[in-house]
Amino acid sequence: MKIFSKIKRNFSDAAVMSGRMMRHIFRSIDTLITVIAMPIMMMLLFVYVFGGSISTGSVDYINYVVPGIVLFCIASGVAYTALRLNNDVTKGIFERFHSMPISKSSILGGHVLTSVVFNAFSTVLILLFAVVIGFRPAAGFPGWLLVTGILLLFTFSMTWIAVLFGLMANSYEGAGVFSYILLLLLFISSAFAPTGSMPGIVRTFAENQPMTPIIETVRSLMLNEPAGNNALTAVLWCAGILIVSYTAAMLIYKRRTA
Amino acid sequence: MEQTNTAISVNSLEKSYKNLKVLKKISFTIQKGSIFALLGANGAGKTTTIKILTTLLKPDKGSAAVCGYDVLRQPDKVRSNISLTGQFAAVDVILTGRENLRMIGKLRHLPEVNKRCDELLERFALKEAADRRVATYSGGMCRRLDLAMSLLGNPPVIFLDEPTTGLDPQGRMAMWKIIKGLARSGVTVFLTTQYLEEADQLADQIAILSEGKIVAEGTAAELKKLLPHVHIELNFHDENDLQMAKDLLSEYNTSLNKENLTLSVATDGSIKQMADILNQLENAGIQVAEFAQKLPTLEDAYLTIIGENQKNEDVK
Repeated sequence: MKIFSKIKRNFSDAAVMSGRMMRHIFRSIDTLITVIAMPIMMMLLFVYVFGGSISTGSVDYINYVVPGIVLFCIASGVAYTALRLNNDVTKGIFERFHSMPISKSSILGGHVLTSVVFNAFSTVLILLFAVVIGFRPAAGFPGWLLVTGILLLFTFSMTWIAVLFGLMANSYEGAGVFSYILLLLLFISSAFAPTGSMPGIVRTFAENQPMTPIIETVRSLMLNEPAGNNALTAVLWCAGILIVSYTAAMLIYKRRTA
Repeated sequence: MEQTNTAISVNSLEKSYKNLKVLKKISFTIQKGSIFALLGANGAGKTTTIKILTTLLKPDKGSAAVCGYDVLRQPDKVRSNISLTGQFAAVDVILTGRENLRMIGKLRHLPEVNKRCDELLERFALKEAADRRVATYSGGMCRRLDLAMSLLGNPPVIFLDEPTTGLDPQGRMAMWKIIKGLARSGVTVFLTTQYLEEADQLADQIAILSEGKIVAEGTAAELKKLLPHVHIELNFHDENDLQMAKDLLSEYNTSLNKENLTLSVATDGSIKQMADILNQLENAGIQVAEFAQKLPTLEDAYLTIIGENQKNEDVK
């Protein structure tokens, strides 16, 4: 019974924390523009401006590019997780929470939960918009279930990188820097153009970095094609990143609150 | 837990950051329902002490207990009995004042959160601003909200880390009034401050912290006896007047500064002595250009007290 009430308390604390972060997001025009409007602009730009000159074989360019846009949206979304967490750490709210009789896990947990829920929300918006401008996925229910699974895993691992940077950075400006690296990785991947057309070294890099197998897996699942080895590679990358960043983040968290 | 009159007890507390010793065996006890002021300059170790007492930091050596609960062994019990108002207002500027309060109320799992919030908003003169975002609040309003958030849940012990730093005089007076009110309602208040005057106004008991050591402890009246005397500074038009004044006031302890044409006269701080000095000058027809009363500063206090300590050690 005691354990039950403790779990209940943890959840209710995490829900209060998340409620707070959701208010932050929806009161910040900046976040909404960067995380929802920007990816939509990117999608329009790639589909209507660049897309025509990129050869994606038998696949329509819009069907090709949507997975990359979704990852772009998540990578920009987690930057705000880092910024908001860093703000809490440096502005004293963190200390207030830690000196209160609340469950410790809810303090970071609230940020993680918010990140996952908000990124899921913006991903759905992006996908709906994509359908409006002609995205026609072929996946059935099992396919979408797998897409949801891999995107959630990706969001979790990116969120924990964000938590790591949010805890580590000494300033608001520093906290979001990692997301530029994520975005750069996306540009040098198969997100917007097939790697086959890239010159040697770039191609090798593109094919062996984490973004490409994740994008390939999501794309194959959405188009109802076999994902092959990419699926395993994608899951391993995500799980690896998750474990490393979670462990590092918890170490820094313990040191910051010791 | 046995009933005692002690709210906080600190015993030979030590803390270092890497090679820097921040706290060097500090000890004190605080009575329930009193206001305790830890007075010290920046870097003296005030915030470190507060962080240890509020379970945010672990001490290297020594022990500390709040409401009878050890900060290391029973941190959860300690947290249920305290509230911390940090040096920078720990309020959420994106939320409104009311939302800030409701959030804390929910995290403390209080019944009737809305009613408690309304009461506190009223009490801290934030009712009109309650539904505005905190980003639009003044510094004083933020501090009041911060304190209101600390009071939700009626914790018996409240920690205030430099509660008036950065406030204008009006905000400072308002905050003093609130803190006095808290102690009257039976709450134990632990506050840190850089201002001697603040400690004097508020605290029942003062400890002066300097470089990680408590160099003096007692009531305001007790500590004042240790402080240097109040000085009157007189400024003259020329050196002649200056010398005449010095000769005239020979019964007082004076020191003269020829460069600035000032004469510093030590007094006991009473109006009687001040009036006597000015009368003597007036009667002798010496023109005073400027006149100022110099209260002892925290720095003077340190220097005196540290000086006394050294003298005592030399005697030993």
